[in-house]
Amino acid sequence: MKISRHDVLRVAELAYLDLSETELEIYRAQIDEILEYIGKLNELDTAKVEPMAQVLADDQTADATLREDVVTPCAVAEDILRQAPDPEGPYFRVPKVIER
Amino acid sequence: MTTNWTINSVKEAIAGKKVSARELAAEHFKRIAARNKEMNVYLTLCEERAYAQADRIDADVAAGRALPALAGVPIAVKDVISTRGVRTTCGSKILENYVPPYDATAVTRLEAAGAVILGKTNCDEFAMGSSNENSAYGPVQNPAAPGTVPGGSSGGSAAAVAADLAVTSLGTDTGGSIRQPGAFCGIPAMMGSYGRVSRYGLIAFASSLDRIGPFARKVEDVAAVLQVMAGRDPNDSTSTTAPVEDYTAEMRKPVKGMKIGIPKEYFGEGMDSGVREKITAGIELLRKLGCQVMDIQMPHTDYAIATYYIIATAEASSNLARYDGVRYGLRQESDTLVSTYRKTRGAGFGAEVKRRIVLGTYVLSAGYYDAYYLKGQKVRALIAQDFRNAFQKVDVIVTPTSPVPPFRLGERTNDPLQMYLADIYTVTGSLAGLPGISVPCGKICGKLPVGLQVFGPAFGEARVLQLAHAFEEARGANI
Repeated sequence: MKISRHDVLRVAELAYLDLSETELEIYRAQIDEILEYIGKLNELDTAKVEPMAQVLADDQTADATLREDVVTPCAVAEDILRQAPDPEGPYFRVPKVIER
Repeated sequence: MTTNWTINSVKEAIAGKKVSARELAAEHFKRIAARNKEMNVYLTLCEERAYAQADRIDADVAAGRALPALAGVPIAVKDVISTRGVRTTCGSKILENYVPPYDATAVTRLEAAGAVILGKTNCDEFAMGSSNENSAYGPVQNPAAPGTVPGGSSGGSAAAVAADLAVTSLGTDTGGSIRQPGAFCGIPAMMGSYGRVSRYGLIAFASSLDRIGPFARKVEDVAAVLQVMAGRDPNDSTSTTAPVEDYTAEMRKPVKGMKIGIPKEYFGEGMDSGVREKITAGIELLRKLGCQVMDIQMPHTDYAIATYYIIATAEASSNLARYDGVRYGLRQESDTLVSTYRKTRGAGFGAEVKRRIVLGTYVLSAGYYDAYYLKGQKVRALIAQDFRNAFQKVDVIVTPTSPVPPFRLGERTNDPLQMYLADIYTVTGSLAGLPGISVPCGKICGKLPVGLQVFGPAFGEARVLQLAHAFEEARGANI
């Protein structure tokens, strides 16, 4: 077994994801099978391989240089706040975070 | 009513005042009203926006002004691409009422070129799936093969074009989500190179893989839509300044002498015999066109699915962290902030998305990062190297798009690994960042569409289109 019930609970905790008892067991079994399959990568010796952390070739990443940090007008604040489940004035309201 | 419009026939009809852009939009909305209930292709229509754009085109015609490249062309947009003021759900309950405050650059460029956006198309939730059955809004019918899935994740966009409910459409491709539904619905479908089309406004699934690309009825229409979208966008730092070729002109060049690599690894076990027969006939046709067909080797192909599902889920788990019920989307109120996050995400995401978040968080978590994520990045480098080696010898690579033809709705939903394995021929090019197209290659027993896939080197879109176009022109109805 690659992944235990405990592992799934821990990961769900990290991902802030509520899972039901049924989901927990189904995902555990399915992910176990997937990880078993992924294990085939160990057939390959990659000790000397550089990880591919960037898709664009070096000559294209030159494009991705940082722009000047200048303020440009942005008039969507109202629209953005309108999407919030619980906005108050210019703020997003959330349940109390600090215990006293 | 005329059907099966193409960009050229729209252009001629509008310029020749045979039809107005408004009439053309209305004709499409009429068909959508008649068929969408059964097809489930569109999740949201934007008639007001479409008619406003159509009226601008009609005013240009009346005033005798020059018409832009896509003037009056009705287009459907996958529901993971932001449209200002038009609901964008990503096929998820968590964004059921989300209305983006801005347009994706692809959308802005299409509208600037005169395209008329009809609405937003159904897709697998957050583009995660290969059958469109992971949409929170129900499955889509495949118009080319009733009773089967249209493919995924851009199933709605593929079906919209195939069912004549749009002239072209936009999809997104992370591991095959444009090419495979194109193959299943029997139409051309393309992703350009990583960096070719701006992703500004594309709601992220896996950022090192996601790309936007077109579906159409003809390869030349795919080329025309890609042309309009391609090129540097200051709002997307991964879009490049690499020159954009004139696809329509390049596409018409003869293919005689073009070197085509056929990787034997793409014809292994698990391939449907009907698909094999059609693709073999397709390759034979390429030979008749004077192409030099040669066998090549891509030894790491068999590791692509494992690599892809590490990298894609890892990136997804990170990208989807933003859905927390605070700034937009669903909120399940609870007494603490953390339990609000947990309940919101537990209630808002569907099964496949949750499965991928769990898997992706696991492969990135302490103690497993090196064994999975880092290993995946290293094998990704080997897969990209396979392609670079191949393109030393050949101009393009030809493969099947999918090992299987369209399958029955519901046939594969209970076995995620089996569903993933069917992405084997498409994920390789996704991992390597290369351009790829799927073009129709006949139907098995006259019923189930098969797609032939063409890969090119980075920024070799023109070459890919050139071969696809020649193939489409040469192909009779019977191979």
